[in-house]
Amino acid sequence: MSGTKKETGFSFTIDGVEITAYAGQTIMEAADEAGVYIPRLCDHQGLRHQGSCRVCTVKAGGRSVAACTQPAAPGQAVENETKHLNKMRRDLVEMLFHEGNHLCPICEASGNCELQAMAYRLDMTETTRFPYLEPCRALDASHPDIALDTNRCISCGRCIRASQDVDGKGIFGYVGRGIHRRVAVNGESLAETDAEVSDHAISKDVCPVGCIIRKRVGFVTPIGEREFDNGLIGHEIEEKRK
Amino acid sequence: MENGRSSSGGIDASVCEMAPVPAAEIAEICKTYGNDKHRMLDILRDVQDQYRCVAPSTMERIAEATGLTRIEVEGVASFYSFLSLTPKGRTSIRLCDDIVDRYTGLDAVTSAFEEVLDIRVGETSPDGAFSLEYTPCIGMCDQTPAAMINDVVMTKLTSETARRLAEALKSGQSPEHLVSDRFEALTPHERVTRMVDNNIRHAGDVLLGPVPEEAGLNHAAGITPTQIITAIEESGLRGCGGAGFTTGRKWRFAASERAEKHFVICNADEGEPGTFKDRVLLTERPHLVFEGMTIAARAVGASNGILYLRGEYVYLRELLEQVLEERRRRGLLGKNILGIKGFNFDVRLQLGAGAYICGEEGALISSCEGLPGEPKTRPPFPVNRGYLGYPTVVNNVETFCHAARILDRGAKWFHDMGTEGSHGTKLFSVCGDCLNPGIYELPYGHTVWEVLERVGGEDAAAVQVGGPSGTMIARDSFHRKLTFDDLATGGAIIIFNGDRNILEIVEYYMSFFVHESCGYCTPCRVGNVFLQKAIQKFRKGLANPEDIEYLKDLSGTIIETSRCGLGMTSPNPVLTTLQNFPLVYSAVTKPNKDGIRDTFDIQSAIDGARKIAKRRSYIFDRDFTQ
Amino acid sequence: MSELPKARIATASLAGCFGCHMAILDIDERLIELMKLVDVDRSPLTDKKRFTQRCDIGIIEGGCCNEENVHVLHDFRRHCDVLIALGQCAIMGGLPAMRNAIMHSDAPLRECLDEAYITGRYIRNTTHNVPNDPALPLLLDEVYPCSQVVEIDYQIPGCAPEGDIIFDTLSKLLTGRFRGFEREMIRFD
Repeated sequence: MSGTKKETGFSFTIDGVEITAYAGQTIMEAADEAGVYIPRLCDHQGLRHQGSCRVCTVKAGGRSVAACTQPAAPGQAVENETKHLNKMRRDLVEMLFHEGNHLCPICEASGNCELQAMAYRLDMTETTRFPYLEPCRALDASHPDIALDTNRCISCGRCIRASQDVDGKGIFGYVGRGIHRRVAVNGESLAETDAEVSDHAISKDVCPVGCIIRKRVGFVTPIGEREFDNGLIGHEIEEKRK
Repeated sequence: MENGRSSSGGIDASVCEMAPVPAAEIAEICKTYGNDKHRMLDILRDVQDQYRCVAPSTMERIAEATGLTRIEVEGVASFYSFLSLTPKGRTSIRLCDDIVDRYTGLDAVTSAFEEVLDIRVGETSPDGAFSLEYTPCIGMCDQTPAAMINDVVMTKLTSETARRLAEALKSGQSPEHLVSDRFEALTPHERVTRMVDNNIRHAGDVLLGPVPEEAGLNHAAGITPTQIITAIEESGLRGCGGAGFTTGRKWRFAASERAEKHFVICNADEGEPGTFKDRVLLTERPHLVFEGMTIAARAVGASNGILYLRGEYVYLRELLEQVLEERRRRGLLGKNILGIKGFNFDVRLQLGAGAYICGEEGALISSCEGLPGEPKTRPPFPVNRGYLGYPTVVNNVETFCHAARILDRGAKWFHDMGTEGSHGTKLFSVCGDCLNPGIYELPYGHTVWEVLERVGGEDAAAVQVGGPSGTMIARDSFHRKLTFDDLATGGAIIIFNGDRNILEIVEYYMSFFVHESCGYCTPCRVGNVFLQKAIQKFRKGLANPEDIEYLKDLSGTIIETSRCGLGMTSPNPVLTTLQNFPLVYSAVTKPNKDGIRDTFDIQSAIDGARKIAKRRSYIFDRDFTQ
Repeated sequence: MSELPKARIATASLAGCFGCHMAILDIDERLIELMKLVDVDRSPLTDKKRFTQRCDIGIIEGGCCNEENVHVLHDFRRHCDVLIALGQCAIMGGLPAMRNAIMHSDAPLRECLDEAYITGRYIRNTTHNVPNDPALPLLLDEVYPCSQVVEIDYQIPGCAPEGDIIFDTLSKLLTGRFRGFEREMIRFD
C-alpha cells in the first residue's frame, strides 16, 4: 500500500490502475474521482447510494459486489471492464428494456436517456433472448407542468431520493413487491402532490429515462446536439484521466 | 398468475369501497403502538384484521399519526401479501398452494370451497363474508393440503372435509369452533396441537429428547459473557436457518461492538417451502427458544429481543405470548433475571404478514423496523449496525435452542456429534412422497438414502434438499451426505416419486420465487420472471436446444448480480435439475428447421383474428374449403 | 482483372413504415459503390415479387403483425443465407408493437380493432365496420419481432437506421469484414 498521498488515503486497483481512496469511500466514488468510469443507472451524483440496478457490479476480491455501495478496501484488486462483467451488465440493461415499454423512436428522452446510452456503451445490438413483458402501465398527466409515463420507469428510485433528501418533499415512493414493485406518487395523482417543475426530483438529470416529463419542452434539442449524440455515457468521467 | 403484465398493486377504481374508517379508531390503533413508525407492520396488521383492508384514506390517517407520508405507508401496505388495499372477506381463507399440497389434492379442496362459497380463488364474496385465495407454503407440508382460515390452521383437508368446513363457515360458525366445540376452554397449547400435528418421528439427544428446564440459562448465568461465547464457538454450532454462519463468531462480533444498546432477534420466519421444524420447536420447546435468546442476550449484552414470527404461524401467537408471560413471572425475563443484578432482557413478538424474503436477515430487520421487507445493504452487517442501527444478533429458532443445550451439556458434548464441520444434530422436516412425513432429529452426516429408508421414501426418484433454494438430486446422488459441506439444508427434505413431473416442480418453484422476490434489484425482480417464462416454454414443448444454454446463462447472471440470498439461490431449481435431470429438458426441445422457429405457433397467433373475421387463412389453413 | 462474383440481396418491408427502405437510399452516392457488389433480387426497390434464385443476404424491415408478414419472413429465411433485421420494428416490434402493451383484456384484438375503426374518438368511418375483405391477411394476436418467428443473423438498429450504419454494415458483411458495430454508430432512434 505504498503511494498513499494523503494521511488517511489508501490505494487499491481497478483493472490494474492504481486508485487512491479515503476511508468511507465506495469503490465507485473513488473510481469517479480517479477518472475510471463504472457503469451505473440507479446511482446519481448527490443522492444516497441505493445499489438496486446492479449495473455497477464489479469483482472485488473475487466476489461480485455493487461498486456504488461497496466500500473501497486497501490493496484490493477490482475488476471493472471485463468481458464477463460487461456481458452481465448488458443482460441487466436488457432486462430493464424488456421489463417496461421502451420505444426509443417516440420517446422524448431519446438521445438524453441513460438507459439507451448504457445500451450503446454495452453493445446491446445482438438478437435478444429475453421475452418482452409489455406491461400495461398508467400515464399520469394530471399535473399542469409535469407528466409521468411509467411505461418508461426503470425503478431506479432517483426521483424518490431526490424528492426526499434534496427537496424535502417525499413526492415519490416505491409500492408493491417483486415484478409489481414500481414508483408511485404520494397521493391519488401527481396533481394532488406538492410537486413543482422546479423540484430537483423533476429536473432533467434526475430521471435517467423518459418517465418524468417536463411538459412543453419535449424535443427542444435537435438530434446531433443531445447529451449522448457525441460521446458515450461516462466519457466525462473518463476524460479526467486523459 | 405472475406474468409481469399486471398493473396491480396500485390505487385504482377497485380500491377499498367500504365505508371510510373513523379517524378516531385509526388514531387509537396507532396510539396502541405509541404512534411509532417502527411498529408500522403491527399497525397495518391490526387495521387489516379489523377493517379487512388498508384503504387510501386510512393510510393518510396512519401517516399523520406516525409522522410519515402516505406513500411510505402504502409502500409497506402493498408489500406484504397478508395486507390488502382492497377489501377482503370477514373470513379470509388462504389455501396453501405448495407443490406438495398440489400433489395431495389441493384442486379438489379448492373446488369444494369454490362451490360452497360461490366464489373463485382470488375473489371476495359480494356480501363481504368470505375471501378465498392461494398462499405459498404455510409450513404444513407433512399434513397437506392445508389452509389458514383467519388465524386458524386446518390440515389434511379432503374434498369432503373442505366442503363440510365451508358449509359450517357459511352457516355462521367461527373458524375457532371448527377446531373444537370447546375452543375457549382449551389451553393455548391444546388449541395449537388440535389444529396442527407435530409429527415428531424421531427425537434426538439435543432438542426433542428430554430437556431439563433452564439448565442452560442457569449455567450461563454463572459464567461470563465471554465464556458463553467461547462455549458456543467451541461447540462448532452453525446457523440452522440455511446459510450456516458460525454462531459463536456472530455473537463475538456483536458483543465486541460498542453501542448504547444491543438486540437479539429470533428468526421464526420459516418460509422455505417444505420446512416446518421451527413450527414444531415453537410448539414443543418454546421455553428453550427463549432460554437460548436470553443466553445470547447475556453474551452480547442485549436487553431487548424480538421473535419475528411469520404471519402464517399467527396461530402460535397466543401460545408464545403465554410462555413469555410465564417467563416474566418466573423471573426468567425482565429485570434482574435469575436475581442477577443488571441481567435485564425482554422479548416482544413481531408478526410478519406473508413475505418469504423476511427470512433474510436484513429484510427481517427491515420488517421489524416497520419497513417493507427489503434486505439491507451490506456492509454494515447486522452484528455491527442492525435493528434501528444497533448491533443485532439474528439467529434461527433451532440455533437458539441448540445454544441453550450447549450451555447445559457443554461444547464438547455437542461437538462430538455429527461430522467435522457439521456438529451436533439437525431437525429435518421431511415431506412429499413418503410413508412417514414429519420431523426427524438426526446428527449431521447421514446420507440421503439413510433418511429415505427411515421415512419410508425408498421409491423416491428425486429429492429436493433444502427446499427450492437448495438442491434437487436424483437417485444417483442419494449416497450424498447431509452436511454443510455436501448437501446443506435448513431442514427441508421434499421427496418426489417417479410419477412427478420435474419440470412442473421447477416451474412451481420459479413462480414461488417470482412471487416472493422483493423487487429491489433488477436481476432478481426481472430475471426470475424470464426464467419462469423459459421453463413454461419447455413445458409447452416450445423450447429450442439452445434454450438450455440460455437457462444456464440467465441463471448465472441472476446469481452473480443479485443483491441478496434470494436471487443468489432462486435459479437453483433450474440449475440443479439441469445438472441432475438433463434428459427432462433435452427430451422436450425442438430444433429449428431451416432457421424457422417451430416455437412460434402461427395457428394460435391467428386464432383470434380467424374468429373475428369469421374466415380461415388462405396461407396457413390447408383445408381452406372447410 | 477478374471481378468478385456479385452477391444477391433481397429486401422486404413487413409491419413497418417503409422508412428503413427509404433509409437505404440515404446511403446516397455510395449506392453506386454498393451496387458494384450486389444484385438486387426480390425487393420493393426492384418491384420483383418473387425470388428468382437463392440469395446471399435478406434484409427485413418491420416486425410481424399479420399472417402475410409471417409467410414472407418464412420465405426469406428459406431463400437467404444471411438474414438481417433492419431497424427497430424488425428488431423489437417497434411502434406497431405498442398494441401489445394495451392488449390485456379478455378480447384484446377485438377491442383493438373496434377502437381503431369504430369507437376511437377521431374515427370517421361511415360504414361502422372493421374492414374484412377476404384478401386482407389475418392479424396476429400480437406484433412479433422477427427473431421470434425465424432465426435472425444480424440486426442493424435505428429508426430509421442512418445511411452510414447501413452502408458500413452491408459493405463489411459483403467483404467478410464485419466485427460488430462501432459504439458511436449505434442508435435506437
